[in-house]
Amino acid sequence: MSATATHDLHDDHGPEKGWRRWVYSTNHKDIGTMYLIFALAMLFVGGAMSFVIRAELFQPGLQFVRPDFFNQMITMHALIMVFGMIMPAFAGFANWMIPLMIGAPDMALPRLNNWSFWLLPFAGVLLLSTLFMDGGAPASGWTLYPPLSLQTGNGFPFAMFSIHLLGLSSIMASINIIVTILNLRAPGMTLMQMPMFVWTWLITAYLLIAVMPVLAGGVTMLITDQFFGTTFFNAAGGGDPVLFQHIFWFFGHPEVYIIILPAFGIISHVIPAFSRKPLFGHDAMVYAIAGIAFLSFIVWAHHMFTVGMPLAGQLFFMMSTMLIAIPTAVKVFNWTATMWRGSISFETPMLFAVAFLFLFTIGGFSGLMVAIVPADFQYHDSYFVVAHFHYVLVPGALFGAFCGAYYWLPKWTGHMYDERLGKIHFWLSAIFVNLTFFPQHFLGLAGMPRRIPDYSTQFADFNMLSSIGAFGFGLSQLLFVYVIIKCVRGGEKATAEVWDNPPGLEWTVPSPAPHHTFEDPPIMR
Amino acid sequence: MAHSPARYYVPHGTKWPIIGTIGLFTLFLGASNWLNGGGSGSAWVAGTGVAIVIVMIFLWFGQVIKESESGEYYNADVDASFRMGMGWFIFSEVMFFAVFFGALWYMRNLALPWLGGEGNSFFTPQLIWPGFEDQWPSNGPANVGGAYEAMPAWGLPAINTVILLSSGVTLTIAHHALIANNRKILTVFLAFTFILGFLFIGLQAEEYIHAYTELNLKLTTGVYGTTFFMLTGFHGLHVTIGATMLLIIWIRCLKGHFTPDNHFAFEGIAWYWHFVDIVWLGLFIFVYWL
Repeated sequence: MSATATHDLHDDHGPEKGWRRWVYSTNHKDIGTMYLIFALAMLFVGGAMSFVIRAELFQPGLQFVRPDFFNQMITMHALIMVFGMIMPAFAGFANWMIPLMIGAPDMALPRLNNWSFWLLPFAGVLLLSTLFMDGGAPASGWTLYPPLSLQTGNGFPFAMFSIHLLGLSSIMASINIIVTILNLRAPGMTLMQMPMFVWTWLITAYLLIAVMPVLAGGVTMLITDQFFGTTFFNAAGGGDPVLFQHIFWFFGHPEVYIIILPAFGIISHVIPAFSRKPLFGHDAMVYAIAGIAFLSFIVWAHHMFTVGMPLAGQLFFMMSTMLIAIPTAVKVFNWTATMWRGSISFETPMLFAVAFLFLFTIGGFSGLMVAIVPADFQYHDSYFVVAHFHYVLVPGALFGAFCGAYYWLPKWTGHMYDERLGKIHFWLSAIFVNLTFFPQHFLGLAGMPRRIPDYSTQFADFNMLSSIGAFGFGLSQLLFVYVIIKCVRGGEKATAEVWDNPPGLEWTVPSPAPHHTFEDPPIMR
Repeated sequence: MAHSPARYYVPHGTKWPIIGTIGLFTLFLGASNWLNGGGSGSAWVAGTGVAIVIVMIFLWFGQVIKESESGEYYNADVDASFRMGMGWFIFSEVMFFAVFFGALWYMRNLALPWLGGEGNSFFTPQLIWPGFEDQWPSNGPANVGGAYEAMPAWGLPAINTVILLSSGVTLTIAHHALIANNRKILTVFLAFTFILGFLFIGLQAEEYIHAYTELNLKLTTGVYGTTFFMLTGFHGLHVTIGATMLLIIWIRCLKGHFTPDNHFAFEGIAWYWHFVDIVWLGLFIFVYWL
């Protein structure tokens, strides 16, 4: 292999033929494509689970599934959507776009890049296989709190090792992304000149390397407590189950920024492009991301206000949490100011970006509400919390991913997508997502608990609306798949710039982007 | 590097990662079944997985070593990527150990005092665990694992501290010799380093045997045994990996690998070794001594 590589080292070789192209790939574009396809497939796997949840909650009473299976569904839905869908989706964007944006020939460690991706489907198989085992999948919620998570049946070690594999994948991908950004920028591109998507991923990758090992440690403790008689989470031996909550949320809170920061990055490209103005307050945006990342490490216990921690702890975590509103508000203000007096056009990516701006902000505000300790005692573990984090995850992170997909599809495929169908996809998604999650605020405030398959009849109407919205939202995504397939197979030829002369190196290469780009780095002025 | 290439080296396809993935998958499949009571068959599956991963690592690294020594593929940028990658990998390891140190801190300073009635837990030692008093070391209010003795700091652990710190010194001497192109000093002091590393592992095994057979101190001895064995155990695993890597670069030195200005693998492993060293200092202070 090394002998042949010597010969074509300087040749512009194309991709390999057949399955080897994908399984042996070291090409950032092919690996990015695999990430994106995997994420899209998992969107439907996790979505199918949410269909089970919403079907059961369509009416009060138990209709379709046993409560235990309902709990397995909420757990698996969350694990699949977080680790299998949204994180791989953004990793796919990172793979495709970061080398193009900074003028790098590929990711810095291409073999490692292959490994980061290929661990995912195998980890997914381990995780999904638990559904067919004695005792079923974990039913403790994705937070895996002991002692509940330790009551999982035979699926327990499979799920834990699956999380280890997912974490390994994330850490390796993040090391690769950081090294690529720090080492392979085109000569002359300073850190502050980097595109915003690159900035958000630099900080996201840092967060991932910092917290994924912490989750791995917590999961390891669960395994040893279960099988080797350690007492980390067992008060009889001097341990404390609450310790796991601290460990989990020390990972879990940065994790939510890991999920949303790349979406921030995408929005920061799309809004200027369709407003035909540079991003307002570029440097402030960078500092805001860094500020959010710093704060994300010191707010974790706001997920556990009701667990019985000292008052000083509650006050500290309440204050630090509310501080996050400041850098986040900077970002929302700057996106809005970017649009101010811009020459705006509303192609599909821009529609998703504007919807992101409004709907993510709703999720941000409800986040401020749950940050307030005395009020949180009312909201905690209610549907209000479900509404809050789905607003930041679905019309937040997922809309960010849709936005980026429409924005860069022409660059990836060389064809324009069907604008009419894209707009229909947007409007269906935007309407149904609100129909799904907005009523859940009222349900939570009225006292409906989360993670329970049955409810009092007073909650029936809003639940029915929410279920209709969920089915509509899920089915609308089939249209998204159709738009992508149609775009891959043909359509109007895309120019290199695709849009109205947006800034960035990715628009200087032809559409579709050739298999290898920037083998000799571009010189930045 | 004789004629370092101008372009950044992008390998053209690789089969090691998928083999490694299959190895890890096999390992976890076997290990899960074994943990569920699957018996020796599952253990063999897990062992096969480990073997696949180890072979894969040898072949993958072997290819990288060949590419590096040939001087035809890697330029200074590739070297910088490797260095940065190693640095960030060590950072992830730091965070992994941090969570176990954090757990130890939490047990000693929060969980046990609360079980002993501090804060608003006045009734805990009155009603749930009558008569429990917070102290360290502790195997918890239920006296999990029965009577035991704690591991004293000033016996083997202190000797191990000296051994590991000396190995850091010998490694630095070897590194300076490599830069000065003094191959003899390099190989001798590198040999000292990994021998000290394996000596540490041997003494650590001795200490574990002592703990299990004479002190009744086990992994299952409440939080003290839990944190003691998990922290020192993960550290010992890292020393084993580090000493093995040192052995391998020693063999590479004997083969004439590395030059004064091209020795990423040497430096990467040196960083790793110093990291393991520093973790041990933390262990000595917080697990054994205080």
